[in-house]
Amino acid sequence: MSSQRFILALFFSLFCANLNAQKIASFDKYEDLEKSIITNENTIYVINFWATWCAPCVKELPHFEKLNAENKNVKVILVSLDFKDQFETKLLPFLEKKNIKSEVVFLADKNYNDWLPKVDKDWSGSIPATWLVHGNKKLFAERDFENFAELNNYVNNFINQ
Amino acid sequence: MKKIASIIAFASMLSTAEAQVSGGYKPGDKATDFNLKSVDEKIYSMANYKDAKGFIVVFTCNHCPFAVKYEDRINDLARKYKDKGYVLLAINPNDPAVQPADSYELMKVRAKEKDFAFPYLFDEGQKIYPQYGATKTPHVFLLDKNLVVKYIGAIDDNVDDANAVKEHYLENAIAALEKGKNPSPDVTKAIGCTIKKK
Repeated sequence: MSSQRFILALFFSLFCANLNAQKIASFDKYEDLEKSIITNENTIYVINFWATWCAPCVKELPHFEKLNAENKNVKVILVSLDFKDQFETKLLPFLEKKNIKSEVVFLADKNYNDWLPKVDKDWSGSIPATWLVHGNKKLFAERDFENFAELNNYVNNFINQ
Repeated sequence: MKKIASIIAFASMLSTAEAQVSGGYKPGDKATDFNLKSVDEKIYSMANYKDAKGFIVVFTCNHCPFAVKYEDRINDLARKYKDKGYVLLAINPNDPAVQPADSYELMKVRAKEKDFAFPYLFDEGQKIYPQYGATKTPHVFLLDKNLVVKYIGAIDDNVDDANAVKEHYLENAIAALEKGKNPSPDVTKAIGCTIKKK
């Protein structure tokens, strides 16, 4: 009985992991990603470019998670720039382990020279980088955030500008 | 209140200073030479290569997974272009106090493991990378023999797979230089790990 339960639990957890995996939209082209995530001009988007291999990005993720949970005025989107061969092996396990609740999308577009300037012409390419979008109002910064308050103030200043 | 005002003034001063530093070189600027220690304990300077047709200066490091993806390609480029008169010099710009994996001792270990065919220099005190305007690893600067910057940016357009590369930016830039032309593009953008500083 207990082993049956165990198998059931195992099945259930595998099923959940699978569901989690399916929720992550993957894009080969930046243009498609942008069209898919920025859909409402009244929504305030907080778009964070990150990767599991980027230590400062991983360090600041909890602040974005908290922002997503607590600041109802904004929608947080985490754009993963992980390597393609690490999507299954690193990104998905990481999201599950950290129980990431914000929307995560995967961008496989490696033609950086083509798409980085579409986000911001001055983006040198270092991550983390965060892009705030509200209709035509946009604010991009190649920086990290030390704590939640710093991020929250930064976002609220943008909203109230 | 006064204190807050002076903190704000100081903070804005800091941010201006940073903005100036991050400006760095543009194509056409003359790059600074350096005297940096390699993993063989010797000091390297571009002035010592009297016959070089140009220099490939690559800011890279041990720890950054993005840089690691390019290690073999950097090694291949160093071998390939050595014969053609171009010298590849790699510089680790990171502060090991912030990223211990990028210490001078561990640079030696990595160079030996990967059999680096190029000097792997340590930007001790982080004096060089801000002058170049390197912001991340890897970050490439191609210089002609007079140390004039000809190309800045990425090695190619596919970090995931060397075999799937469509544009060999750096090699195309060297080919242009060989023909006495200015590379096009002369600046490209790419993702990388932020340079670690205190």
